Amino acid sequence: MDANLLLTLSILAAAVRAGTCIVYAVIGEILMERSGILNLGLEGIMLSGALAGFTAAKMTGNPWNGVLAALCAGALMSLIHGVLCISLKAGQVVSGLALTIFAGGVCGVFGKKMVGQPGSPFHNWNIPVLSDIPWIGQVFFRHDILVYLSYLLIPLAWYFLFRTRAGLNLRSVGENPQAAESLGLSVNKIRYLYILVGGALAGLGGAHLSLAYNNQWIDNMTAGRGWIAIALVIFAGWNPLKAALVSYLFGGIDAVQFRIQASGTQIPAEILLMMPYIFTIIVLIIASGKGEKQSAPAALGIPFIPGERK
Amino acid sequence: MKISIEKRVEPSPLTPYLSPLVSLALALIVCAVIFKAAGANPFKAYREMFMGAFGSDFAIEATLIKATPLILCGLGVAAAFRMQLWNIGAEGQLYVGAIAASWVALNYGFNQPLISLGLMFLAAALAGGIWGMIPGILKAFRGSNEVITTLMMNYIAIFLTSYLVYGPWKDPTGYSVPMTALFNRNSWLPKIFDTSVHGGIIIALILVVLSWILFYKTRWGYEIRVSGANEKAAAYSGMNAAKNIILVMFFSGALAGIAGMSETAGIQHRLQQGLSPGYGYTAIIVAWLARLHPAAVVVSAILFGGLLVGGDQLQISMSMPVSVSNILQGLILFFVLGGEILFSYKIKIGGKSGHQPCPAAKENA
Repeated sequence: MDANLLLTLSILAAAVRAGTCIVYAVIGEILMERSGILNLGLEGIMLSGALAGFTAAKMTGNPWNGVLAALCAGALMSLIHGVLCISLKAGQVVSGLALTIFAGGVCGVFGKKMVGQPGSPFHNWNIPVLSDIPWIGQVFFRHDILVYLSYLLIPLAWYFLFRTRAGLNLRSVGENPQAAESLGLSVNKIRYLYILVGGALAGLGGAHLSLAYNNQWIDNMTAGRGWIAIALVIFAGWNPLKAALVSYLFGGIDAVQFRIQASGTQIPAEILLMMPYIFTIIVLIIASGKGEKQSAPAALGIPFIPGERK
Repeated sequence: MKISIEKRVEPSPLTPYLSPLVSLALALIVCAVIFKAAGANPFKAYREMFMGAFGSDFAIEATLIKATPLILCGLGVAAAFRMQLWNIGAEGQLYVGAIAASWVALNYGFNQPLISLGLMFLAAALAGGIWGMIPGILKAFRGSNEVITTLMMNYIAIFLTSYLVYGPWKDPTGYSVPMTALFNRNSWLPKIFDTSVHGGIIIALILVVLSWILFYKTRWGYEIRVSGANEKAAAYSGMNAAKNIILVMFFSGALAGIAGMSETAGIQHRLQQGLSPGYGYTAIIVAWLARLHPAAVVVSAILFGGLLVGGDQLQISMSMPVSVSNILQGLILFFVLGGEILFSYKIKIGGKSGHQPCPAAKENA
């Protein structure tokens, strides 16, 4: 195999690895936004998932406990946003920001002892047979188990949203809560449910960083990935399949800039590090406009009060 | 029994005073529990924080120094928020303001402090303004979500600063420390009397008055406030929404940019990494707690300046991480947000009235 092909495959594999945490977060945010709740606390939720996952795995020596802890931590953090926005009708933008600031502080305090500690990570596990497929095997099937789980989550989330009764209910709550309520759905209960599910998924996304990708706890290790995920939700038109694609594309940019850095280039590291953020702005410019208005849930960001009309 | 919620016709008149105080008290209680969980004595911690922030002349000076960028960024954020523009980019706008001010100070040696500082001020305002205006233009013409764009611009500005202080602007005599050379004395903001407080706070207070006049005493300010409250009414009366979005974002960014100038010219006297411990983010809470009013921003900024100084004190005396103050900041904002419902809605227990639209419920939150 020639060197160029080898390099391309390894970059693609790195893109999948780097994109996985975003896949989880984007799908979590899609579920929440489809129910009408804009959760800008994603960055903080991911971070608390990363810390809880790392800590639980380290203390018990079993990364699966880390997964459990990350799911719970993500759901709990997200629940704060739920209580504020669903029950107390608070503004969703500012509430999400408050959550990110709060979670950053909590992780700073409780994560202090974990900085620089060795963890109990998930190791790479090549799937038999599949990993031997030329090209595809190298790109997709030589990762850790959380990457493989995300492969299952992507089509599952899509199928759930667009092909099941529960998915239809979820979407109708985000599109027209008044109508949904009149059909006998409890808008607020459904929103609470997806706040929890979405938060848990975002927490798991964070845990992929600390349990596999970086395999350690670093303060603020999500480094804006939560915000990037929110932008990618718009780019993906609130569709889990497209979301996966753009997450890997984003992972690719991350992987490429890292490769260029490691190659000892003349381009300063700081300029390369800006790339993902510049890319996110470009993505957002492309995604916004008419297309965004068409695919965004109509009641996104608006608190639901029974009997109150738009 | 049925518990239901109705919108009040008029918000309770006590709201602006009661809400921040109650929120602060509740946040302190919850944070005490977190302290306990993290293995610190909450009473000792709060005493340390309070004494560190307000317990001596030195402490009060430190608090005022930290309040200065918070006033400036808070004013900027409040201006944008008033128009429902969620400018989360004050942090980045502060950094580019600092970069621009440093560029003036490092490249042009003026003999007159007034000229030097004046030009630094203008450069910082312009740079911060442009940094804020870019998301404004994207919002006005493409409808791009400004929360994301302003936030991404923060990361870009911080990396840009790192690039400059590690690369082309690095002090050649500074060994391996990533920072620029010290500014010429003419580019330093003078101290006020014989305190350690620098002149940035005077600039900030003047801008508070100017913002107040701009938003409450001019026609344009009225337009901005109207379009923030009701987009449709503003468009109907022929206001140019796109123009106003761009102008407000410029104004908002310029104020944060000036904060960057005030920090470099007043404290570090050079450009360096990490020149802001997140003032731009704290400013969001400052502005919200002040209910976006320029004068209240000052009070709120001093409170949060004290909180940051108190957080530093905890790091020194109880070796707790600085992020403690982030927990308190987040909690305060949670309670302010959660408490708003108590003031703008009535909670009704019993009866069926919850399912009938009340007359005031037409306008959506």
